[in-house]
Amino acid sequence: MSALLEVVALGKYFGGVRAVQSLSFKMKEGEILGLIGPNGAGKSTVFNLINGVIAPDAGRVLFRGADITAAPPYRVAREGLARTHQIVQPFMTLSVFENCIVGACFGRENLPLARGREAAREALAMVGLEDRLDAPASQLTIAGKKRLELARALSARPTLLLLDEVLAGLNPTEVEYMIGVIRAIRARGISILMIEHLMQAIMNLSDRILVLNSGMRLCEGLPAEVAADPAVIEAYLGDPHLADSLRAGAP
Amino acid sequence: MNLLRRPFFWIIGAVILVFALAPAYHGNVELRESLLLATVYITLASSLNMMLGYAGYVNFGSIVFFGLGGYFCVWLMSAHGWPLAAAALAGGVAVSAAGLLFGLGILRLRGAYFALSTIGVIEAVNAFVTNFAPWGGSSGMYLSPVLFEPLGGARHALWTIYYLLVAVMGMSLYLSYAVKRSKFGLGLLAIGQNEGAASVLGVPAPRYKAIVYSLSAFLPAVAGGLYFFKGAFIQPPDAFDLQLSTEVIVIAMLGGQGTVAGPAIGAFLYEQLRGWLLTSPTFANFQLVVAGALLLAIVLFAPGGLMGSLYRRWPRLRGFLE
Repeated sequence: MSALLEVVALGKYFGGVRAVQSLSFKMKEGEILGLIGPNGAGKSTVFNLINGVIAPDAGRVLFRGADITAAPPYRVAREGLARTHQIVQPFMTLSVFENCIVGACFGRENLPLARGREAAREALAMVGLEDRLDAPASQLTIAGKKRLELARALSARPTLLLLDEVLAGLNPTEVEYMIGVIRAIRARGISILMIEHLMQAIMNLSDRILVLNSGMRLCEGLPAEVAADPAVIEAYLGDPHLADSLRAGAP
Repeated sequence: MNLLRRPFFWIIGAVILVFALAPAYHGNVELRESLLLATVYITLASSLNMMLGYAGYVNFGSIVFFGLGGYFCVWLMSAHGWPLAAAALAGGVAVSAAGLLFGLGILRLRGAYFALSTIGVIEAVNAFVTNFAPWGGSSGMYLSPVLFEPLGGARHALWTIYYLLVAVMGMSLYLSYAVKRSKFGLGLLAIGQNEGAASVLGVPAPRYKAIVYSLSAFLPAVAGGLYFFKGAFIQPPDAFDLQLSTEVIVIAMLGGQGTVAGPAIGAFLYEQLRGWLLTSPTFANFQLVVAGALLLAIVLFAPGGLMGSLYRRWPRLRGFLE
């Protein structure tokens, strides 16, 4: 089986700063891959490189076999790759509904307006915003805007969804709700590549985890393997022996 | 959604009817001349609004479309003997095509940079035409009175031009409305709100911007053809008037950018105000001072313009006026 998403030797410099360096990984259809790493590891840059917001200096991005390296974002979206932003970017004066219709009409299926409305309604129901259809996006709370951001990406009926910290800034109840939504999305057969800092959540949700540090791959594997890897613990905690002492101290 | 079933569709129809019938009643020439200016303003403001209000791009150069349309029409008629309607339409098509080419270039710029480049477009076109011998250079072009003959003489021709301009105004209103209600319009609104996010969601921003720039050129160019034919004279300072361009922006913002009715109402009110201010010789060009003050007041106190304020007070109004 060919990979859904294949990233080959991706590289990006910002001036002298090496943001991402020779990064390669693959994703299978139906998988949830977690992307973690300390702040500034280059996780969001990887997203931007994949969906064409910025062009890479080196490497290639293949999506369902097609080369989408440096393709403009709107073309990548049409291919069936949707994303959310870490800092939500709703169309403030448009209604919640209209925000999602944009996602539906210009997404993978390139729907006409009438059918875009159906897709938008469906996506809004999935995130529990169906009773706020006519509210201007600006009137939503932060949690609401996060849900809208997700619904808008879902409206496109994507094959692969890139989630950039959808849980950040939410309270525990909201996090719980959002985790349920993400599981429901996966149950629909949509593959997910997600960046997340909430370790417990991402360890639970992901099939595999890819750890990034200073723009390079640190390790990759099952959540349990990654969590036990001394290199990962060092990257996060700064002391490789801290892991041992923690484990020794554990009951 | 079927536009015919919406009340606003018929409101536009009623407005067109009033424009067509009011001056004909008693053959009121004075009213006709005042409304003729209003049709031109409404056409310019409605078309600009698709750029400014929908896509969120401030275009200081929209008057270039009007002026170039005028030049094409006058030139085709005087040098090549084209009939009025064909010449005006050809002007519209030519200017639209030029707009598409220009748009693909300058629409790579955003925000203030785009706005500045549009002033550059005015100055560049102005300089070009001023030195373009086939179009009479700086002294412009005159139309022979003979050209009014096919329309039944000057007196009759003025009525014909007026009705044609009313038709063009009607088309600009319906076009603005149809675009707003379309998928294309939704894409433009998304670009206007956040171009980056729109692009990530799949809105082909470069193409859409170029298309709307070109679309917003068409009817102003046709109106320019009719307007300068009426005057039987065209020269660069009249055709490419930065001042008028700025006034059109004030008009769109006064009425409420992004709404369909707003720019039309703004145009009508502004035209009345201007007419009133211009009658006093002491206040020659005083309307510009008023326009400046108006713009300041709108930006500070009512960014949504007249329509924005109306909507806020009576949200139900959205069902009727769009």
